[in-house]
Amino acid sequence: MIADNAWLDGLIRMGAIALAMPLSVIILTYLERKISGRLQQRLGPMRVGPYGILQGLADTIKLLTKEDLRPQTADRWTFELAPFAVMVPVFLAFVTLPFTADLFVRNLELGLFFIIAVSGVSIVGFVMAGWGSDNKYALLGGARAAAQLISYEIPLVLAVVAVAMIAYTPEAGRGSLNLVEIVDGQGRVPFIVWQPLAFFIFLVAGLAELYRQPFDIPVAESEVVGGPFIEYSGIRWSMFQMAEFVSMVLISVLASLLFLGGWNWPLGNGAGIALQVPLIFVKTSFFILLFIWLRFSLPRLRIDQMMQFCWQVLLPFALLQIIINGWVLVYGWPDWTLGVSSGALTLVAGYLTYRAARQAAEQPVSPRLHRVGSVM
Amino acid sequence: MATEYSVTPGKDLETIDINVNVGPQHPATHGVFRMVLTVDGEQVVDVDPIIGYMHRGAEKLSENCDYRQAIGYQDRTDYLAQFNTELCYVQAVEKLAGIEPPERAEYIRVILAELNRIASHYMFMGAFGTDIGVFGTAFMYTFRDREIIQDLFEEITGERMMYAYFRAGGVAWDVPEDFRERCREVLSAVRKGIGDIDGLMTDNEVIIARCRGVSPVTPEDAINWGLTGPMLRATGLEHDVRRAEPYCIYDRFEFDIPTGIQGDVYDRYLVRLEEMRQSVRIVEQALEGMPEGPIMAEGLKRTLRLPEGEVYMRNETPRGEYGIYLISKGGDKPYRLKIRSPAFSNLSALRAMSIGSYVADTIVTLGSIDIVLCEVDR
Repeated sequence: MIADNAWLDGLIRMGAIALAMPLSVIILTYLERKISGRLQQRLGPMRVGPYGILQGLADTIKLLTKEDLRPQTADRWTFELAPFAVMVPVFLAFVTLPFTADLFVRNLELGLFFIIAVSGVSIVGFVMAGWGSDNKYALLGGARAAAQLISYEIPLVLAVVAVAMIAYTPEAGRGSLNLVEIVDGQGRVPFIVWQPLAFFIFLVAGLAELYRQPFDIPVAESEVVGGPFIEYSGIRWSMFQMAEFVSMVLISVLASLLFLGGWNWPLGNGAGIALQVPLIFVKTSFFILLFIWLRFSLPRLRIDQMMQFCWQVLLPFALLQIIINGWVLVYGWPDWTLGVSSGALTLVAGYLTYRAARQAAEQPVSPRLHRVGSVM
Repeated sequence: MATEYSVTPGKDLETIDINVNVGPQHPATHGVFRMVLTVDGEQVVDVDPIIGYMHRGAEKLSENCDYRQAIGYQDRTDYLAQFNTELCYVQAVEKLAGIEPPERAEYIRVILAELNRIASHYMFMGAFGTDIGVFGTAFMYTFRDREIIQDLFEEITGERMMYAYFRAGGVAWDVPEDFRERCREVLSAVRKGIGDIDGLMTDNEVIIARCRGVSPVTPEDAINWGLTGPMLRATGLEHDVRRAEPYCIYDRFEFDIPTGIQGDVYDRYLVRLEEMRQSVRIVEQALEGMPEGPIMAEGLKRTLRLPEGEVYMRNETPRGEYGIYLISKGGDKPYRLKIRSPAFSNLSALRAMSIGSYVADTIVTLGSIDIVLCEVDR
C-alpha cells in the first residue's frame, strides 16, 4: 500500500502507469527507429540531441501541436472516439499486470482473464476508425483487422489457457488465472520448458495482435496505406501509435510472465525488488527486440494465408496442447511428460508449416489461377 | 458518412462491390499510375488501369530537335535504364546514317548498358521488397549498391540521372583512365550485393507463399499480349534481343538467358536476379576485351543530316524490348520518332493477370511488371 486509503492508493498506482506508458512509448519509438536504421545500413535519427536521443520528444511535441484533421464526410463521433476505443482497453490491461511480486495496480484473481478480455475490446476501435473515416482504404483495413482478430484471438487465448491449467501453487494446487500465482509456480522451471508449443503459438498470435510483420495486413503500407489510421493526424494518430507500442509492451511482459518465469526464475521469489525489476526488464526487452527485428526482416502474408495458418495450424495445435495438459493433470503424470510431449508437438507443427511452405514453392500453378487466357 | 445505406424491411441484406482508387498517389504504384480496383471484399473483380499522368510528348518533341538533342529525351523515357534507351536511339540513327562506331566506343556502351541493367534490376528488387512488405530493408540494401553504380556513372558522365553520354557514332568523351579498376570495384560490390538480396529474399517462405502461383502467364498469352523482357522469359520462352538479333557487339559475349517455368511473380523475380549475374559476366568479358583507340567515328559533320528512309531498331532494356522507329525525310530532324515501350505492353496484361486474385496479389503483380511510368506514358 502506498497510501492508507485504498482508492487513493489505486489512483496513485494508475497514475504511475499512465505516466510510465507514454514515456516507454517515446523510448520505444526511438529504439525502433535506431534498430531499424542499424538493420537497414543507415543511422536512424541523428539530429535532435546527441545520437538523436531527443527525437521521440520532438516527435511528441510535433504530434501534439499538429492540426487535428477530420474529413468532412467522416462520421464525427465514430471517427473521433475510435482512438480512445483503441487506447483505453490497452491501458486497462495494465491495471492487473504485475511487474514484480508487489509492483502492480491491483492483482486480480482473474487477472489473466481480465487482460485477455479487455485487450480484445480494442478491435472495436479499429473497426470504428475504419468505418467512420469514410475512406475505402480505411474500410478495407478495418475489415481486415476484424478478420484477423477472430483468427488469432482464439489460438492466443487457448495458449494462455494451457499455461493457466498447469500453473501450480502449494495452497491452491493446479490451475490459476492469477498472474502472481502463475509466476510463483515457475521458481524452478519456467513454463517455456513444459509448454514450448503454447509459447510459440502465443508468440505468433501475439505478432498478429500487434499488427507487425508478417501479420501487418490491416495496416499494410503498400496495400491499404495505413488502413484504419489513414485519415488520422496529430494527437489522434499518435494515440493509435501509442496503443500499438503499449500493446507491444503488454504482450512482451505477458510472454515473460507466462513463459519465462517473470521475476521469479532464475533468481527466486525472495530476490528483492532491486534484482527483480531488472530481470523482468531484460526478459521484456528480449521480446520487444524480437518483434522489432521480425518487423524489418519479414514480408507480409496475404489475408487468406494468415487466416489459413491461424485456423488450420495454430488452432488445432493449441487444442492439442490443452488436451495433453488435461491428460497429464488427470492422470497425475510427472511434469517432464508435459515438456516432452509439447516439445515433440512443436517439432511436428514446425515441420508441417515448413513442408506446407515448401510444397507451395514447388507446386504447379493451381487451376483456380489458370484463368489468364480467358479474360481478354 | 457520405454514402447512406438503407435497408428495406423484409428484404435481405445485399453486398455490393466497392471501387478502390489505387493511385495516382499510392506507395505501390511506382510513380503516377492509377488503377481503379473493383473489389468484392478482398477479391478483385475488375481492374481499370489508367495511365497518362506522365505524358510529355517525348516522341513529338523529338521531331523538333536535331538528332543529337533528342538523345536527352531518351534519358527521360526510361529513367532507370538511361544508357539502354540512349543506346537504342543512337543505334537507330547510326543504322540509318550508315555510321560505324569504333570498337572502343562499342565496348564502353556495352559495359555501361549492362551496368545500368544491374542498377535497374536493383531498383526492382528494392521496390518489389517494399510492395511485398519487407519494411524498407530490401530497399535500403539495393539502394546501397545501386548508389555505387550511380557513382561510377557520375564519374564518367558528370550526371547522376540524365546522362546523354552516347552519341551517334560513338560516345561523347572518353572514360576516365581508371575506368577498368573502378568497374572491377563496382562489380565486386555488385556480386556481394546480389548475394545479400538472394539471402534476404529468395528462400524466404513468406515470399514464396506470396509470389508462387500468383498471376501466372502461359507462353501463348505472353506472346499474344506482346510481353517482353523478364515477363516473357519467366514463362519459359528463351527470347532476348541481345541473342535473337544481336546489336552492338553482343554476339561476342558469352551469357545465359535465364528462363522461368510457370511465368508467375516468383519466376519473374528469379529471372531478374539471374539476369543481374549474367550482366556481371558480360561486363567482365567486355572489360577484358576493351581496346584502346578512338571513341568517335571519323568524318562526322557537326550537324548530322540523315538520308531519307526509315529504320526500326530494337534493344533489350531491363524492362523488355525497347524499340525506336525512325522516319527521316532528310534534314537534321526526324520526321517521326515512335517509341515502342516495353513497360507499356507489359502493363497491358495487368487487368487479365489480376482479375480473380486478392488485392494484395494485384499489388505484387503490379510490382512484378516493373513499370517505369515515364516510359509507359512517354
